[in-house]
Amino acid sequence: MAEKGTWAVKVGLAQMLKGGVIMDVVTPEHAKIAEEAGACAVMALERVPSDIRKDGGVARMSDPEMIRGIIDAVTIPVMAKARIGHFVEADILEALGVDYVDESEVLTPADEAHHIDKHLFKVPFVCGCRNLGEALRRIGEGAAMIRTKGEAGTGDIVEAVRHMRTVQDEIRRLQTLSDDEIYAAAKDLQAPLELVKQVKREGRLPVVNFAAGGVATPADAALMMRLGADGVFVGSGIFKSENPALVAKAIVEATTHYMDNEVLARVSTGLGKAMPGISVSSLPEKELLAGRGW
Amino acid sequence: MDVMSSNHHTHPGPLTVGVLALQGDFREHREVLETMGHHVREIRKPEQLAEIDALIIPGGESTTIARLILSNGFQQPLREFCATGKPVWGTCAGAILLAKDVDNLDRPGIEVMDITVHRNAFGRQVDSFEADLDVRGIEDGPFRAVFIRAPLIREVRAPAEAICRLEDGTIVAAREGNLLATSFHPELTGDHRLHALFLTLGRTRAEATP
Repeated sequence: MAEKGTWAVKVGLAQMLKGGVIMDVVTPEHAKIAEEAGACAVMALERVPSDIRKDGGVARMSDPEMIRGIIDAVTIPVMAKARIGHFVEADILEALGVDYVDESEVLTPADEAHHIDKHLFKVPFVCGCRNLGEALRRIGEGAAMIRTKGEAGTGDIVEAVRHMRTVQDEIRRLQTLSDDEIYAAAKDLQAPLELVKQVKREGRLPVVNFAAGGVATPADAALMMRLGADGVFVGSGIFKSENPALVAKAIVEATTHYMDNEVLARVSTGLGKAMPGISVSSLPEKELLAGRGW
Repeated sequence: MDVMSSNHHTHPGPLTVGVLALQGDFREHREVLETMGHHVREIRKPEQLAEIDALIIPGGESTTIARLILSNGFQQPLREFCATGKPVWGTCAGAILLAKDVDNLDRPGIEVMDITVHRNAFGRQVDSFEADLDVRGIEDGPFRAVFIRAPLIREVRAPAEAICRLEDGTIVAAREGNLLATSFHPELTGDHRLHALFLTLGRTRAEATP
């Protein structure tokens, strides 16, 4: 008998996205440019993070009409963002036929204590993390894919690097512990014991882990792949650059050939101006998005 | 008879199996093959095809992989590899790329199997599913199959033949000589029987056309 919405099919879609680039798009036209460039999925949202950052105010789930328009425009998977803890936005996105829901710190959180109980949904979820404990808490709640939070909308890769290195470092550290030290480690990580044991055993996260938040160039994408990312999300980096179609295609090639310096040099050439960007270190604490969620 | 086929006849020792690593779940295939004792090469450049005894085209996003096949000059080398008689297997996106006819793919794939494939045939991700299936050539009980935004095989033309169907008759696996196509993902379930069957396909072909 056919079984839908199982853990294997939720995690499985993320496995199919690996080695690929997921691009933020705000219109069906953007979505087509992304698909044409070789995106393995698109993230449908009303404003790219750099505009959300600029505009301020409350950032919510996108208009269903706009999401439908993007679903109809492309044949690749379509993701969309719900606010942290806003399970009704997630219900709506599932009803629209979105392929993955991003419970995202880029939108204004709806709940300061609880994330969505993602086990209750047939649609799979991706969530952001800054460290291993946060990743495992989200997986415990049912996230079938993880990404670094990075610092969305800045075009500054420093936070994504920090978060990816932190996760990898904490995984390596777990592997050096003896079995009787794992309980205290789970307490310190504030993460479910069974998941901590699994990570120690397997030496990696139980689900696919992408890089996100600050990727703006082919070199950024390759850097994150070399640090252990399974693939990359690119938000403002494409459609805030001078040549979106060219940059998108170059980042796709760089993500496949992340170890091949000749290819990286070739695809990095002649792309025009990258997105302007903001140095994360210049931002006041209260403007950082990565601190949302826990 | 080529070298690889004779290798099969004498002993099914470790082979060097390539997994096309342009995009998708190539690591999952790699891990299955390594568990089985084979050597694995991730293939990112056409010249690497010369090093391998068999090739898997993994699951992933077929539009993405089709573009990367073209932009990296893989189309003709892959066609030539398929013509050598060495085993070639496409899972999901890979099956789409092997088909001569595909609905709803805006780039040509490798176009070597006499099947017609319909992309995203079962609907969106919420319609992705698992099921137990009987596969011809696989013994010792049904095969747990995971379908993710999966294609179906709408038509199979001789010499290709259907080897697995859903309860409603939908074809989800086919073979044609050394070529194998599955709509589902045997690399995700820990069951290695289809990987083992796949690696015997070259021999079967060599016997049929000595």
